[in-house]
Amino acid sequence: MKTKNIMIVGVGGQGSLLASKLLGRLLVDEGYDVKVSEVHGMSQRGGSVVTYVRFGDKVYSPIIEDGEADCIVSFEKIEAARYLDKLKKGGTIVVNTQQIDPMPVIIGAAKYPEDVIERMEEKGVHVDYLDALKFANEAGSSKAVNIVLMGVLAKYFDIAYDKWIAAIEKCVKPQFVDINKKAFELGYNYTRS
Amino acid sequence: MIGNEAVARGLYDGGCAVISSYPGTPSTEITECFAKFDDAYCEWAPNEKVATESAFGASLRGKRSACCMKHVGLNVAADPLFTMSYTGVNGGMVICVADDPGMHSSQNEQDSRHYAVASKIPMLEPSDSQEAYDFARAAFEISEEFDTPVLLKMCTRVAHSQSIVETRDKACDVEKPYEKLPQKYIMSPANAIRRHPFVEERCRKIAEMSETSPLNRVEKGDGSRDFGVITSSTSYQYIKEVFGDSVSVLKLGIVNPLPEKLIKDFASSVSKVYVVEELDPVIESFCKNIGVDVEGKNLFSVTGEFSQKTIAKAFGLEDKENVSIDTEIPVRPPMMCSGCPHRGLFYVLAKNKLTVLGDIGCYTLGSAPPLNALDMTLCMGASVSGLHGFNVAGGKETEKKTVCVIGDSTFMHSGITGLVNVAYNMSNSTVIILDNSITGMTGHQQNPSTGYNIKGDPAGKVSLEKLCASIGINSVRVVDPYNLEECDRVVKEEIEKDEPSVIISRRPCVLLKYVKPKKPLSVNPDKCKACKRCMKFGCPSISFKDNHAVVDPTLCVGCGVCTQLCPFDAFEGGED
Repeated sequence: MKTKNIMIVGVGGQGSLLASKLLGRLLVDEGYDVKVSEVHGMSQRGGSVVTYVRFGDKVYSPIIEDGEADCIVSFEKIEAARYLDKLKKGGTIVVNTQQIDPMPVIIGAAKYPEDVIERMEEKGVHVDYLDALKFANEAGSSKAVNIVLMGVLAKYFDIAYDKWIAAIEKCVKPQFVDINKKAFELGYNYTRS
Repeated sequence: MIGNEAVARGLYDGGCAVISSYPGTPSTEITECFAKFDDAYCEWAPNEKVATESAFGASLRGKRSACCMKHVGLNVAADPLFTMSYTGVNGGMVICVADDPGMHSSQNEQDSRHYAVASKIPMLEPSDSQEAYDFARAAFEISEEFDTPVLLKMCTRVAHSQSIVETRDKACDVEKPYEKLPQKYIMSPANAIRRHPFVEERCRKIAEMSETSPLNRVEKGDGSRDFGVITSSTSYQYIKEVFGDSVSVLKLGIVNPLPEKLIKDFASSVSKVYVVEELDPVIESFCKNIGVDVEGKNLFSVTGEFSQKTIAKAFGLEDKENVSIDTEIPVRPPMMCSGCPHRGLFYVLAKNKLTVLGDIGCYTLGSAPPLNALDMTLCMGASVSGLHGFNVAGGKETEKKTVCVIGDSTFMHSGITGLVNVAYNMSNSTVIILDNSITGMTGHQQNPSTGYNIKGDPAGKVSLEKLCASIGINSVRVVDPYNLEECDRVVKEEIEKDEPSVIISRRPCVLLKYVKPKKPLSVNPDKCKACKRCMKFGCPSISFKDNHAVVDPTLCVGCGVCTQLCPFDAFEGGED
């Protein structure tokens, strides 16, 4: 199988680490060669964070370059647009519409571009967006945004629902499994009307 | 597992009994992962020099040992490094060093391979997690066989990428007897001069070993392209990503010393040779020195990290098709967290328009707008020694307008000696220690002033107040950075004094588990007069919408410092 590329982007502290751990676990269990790459350190302090997940028969490079990503999962509204160059033509973007102002916006040195989703759609990008924070709260914790988004992402994978659930059970602390299973279900069943 | 975890497993399975390290991105997780093994000793040392010497001591006693650090940490550890090359080892010893091409989290982009060449110590360089595991184990074998410490070089992309690792059975624990061998271990001139020829002979032997070592390998291409590539580390992965099996590759695992005959034979088997290596042309220069005609840095940059795109571009391959929009996306730089105790102190320094010499840690972020509170950041500890020099050169006028800031862990690392210089040579310097009771930027590691060790168990605790006093600083004050009035008053008083002084700005990092967030605040829109005074604070929770300030309740931790800034008492709620 040709290598598939998934990017997870967001703001430091949003829980992308758990999302990539979950994906990695699932894909290894499915028998793929998998590479997951992220940068720790400075980027965790509210900066822009990006994780690359690549899987296939044999994966070499740990990173995803321009025009290679099959799917970008964005934990924040404008972060997907920041990495749009990486998306393959015909690729999909999953977006949480939550808005987190970067410092230049907070201090008034820059404007938050409100219309990025429309702009991406105009260019023919398939954008699947939702208010993941709302669903996470519904599941029982605002921190479950990451798993809601994994639920949405799962629709674009040819992997059975139960296997995702099994991976959640392996990756999440026992006391949070139920909340995360619920969060995953809400994301998985969400259809944009 | 990530590359760093694979190194930890490889060291452990290779029989490592003692690790001493100082944290530094991207090397930190090696030691953190190793700490999970209960039957091996693991510690954070105050700095990389101490860590390396501790590991050396363990090796001298006969156990396999290791120390881990980032590339700039090796500068600190360079003193023992160069002479350990002469003494060699008793138990095997591995020095793990992680470079950061692209400077994701570093102040420079130095290439550690130069240290291997300069100190005449062999260096292994893995290209993924499996090799990280295998090479860590192999490093101990090489160390003991050739009587040398071995450098294991990681880089960000190998250290922080996860890939599948197959582990093997743990090696038997090594315990060699300790023997008193003055000519080997006392590096006085008379002994050292006899050891130098040994070092040269050892280099020759390791080079000979590297000609046939399985750590270096030739991957014959399928014949569809007739050129060949010499490469190592993550560059190897990018070459394979772009060319697959179509080119011949000499993949080097031992990057010092380099195998002359293997390179020559490889070069003669292909029509043309390219050297693909990140940062400096170390392999390329070697090839040219032995008369092998190669191309390298004429096509590839000496700055930044590579990717498959870098490779494709250099070889003239087409870009992949993508889409773009012309909307400008505002940058999202890292910043101090909501409720970060450093922010209050920086606000006071900025308000008083002080010149602030900074150091390495989360507080380097105080340099960002809107606080713009820093004037200099060089290396670990340089704030204190730099302030002394700045004041000596500038005299009274300067002393009353200048301070330095340094974190608790960085102060332990190499701020103390700078403060000794301040006290000894009596400059009227005001040193501010930002004590948040943890090593923050690298992800919460304990240090000698926190009272806990790497496993989280109670440990010795250095009292910053007593330490400063014993050095000879008579004026040591402690402030709470959440109290702006107190900070302002104490800073003003201390810079006025005609003697060295230390201010300890003390409050634990807001991300520590035991620091419980309070209820978020909110803004009463009727009270807010849109003066934007709170916006000068740079708190990520506060933004300005519909002509008044608003607080993001998902980010706010209820520190309440903003209530001290607002002249109209518009911030409400919080507490509990």
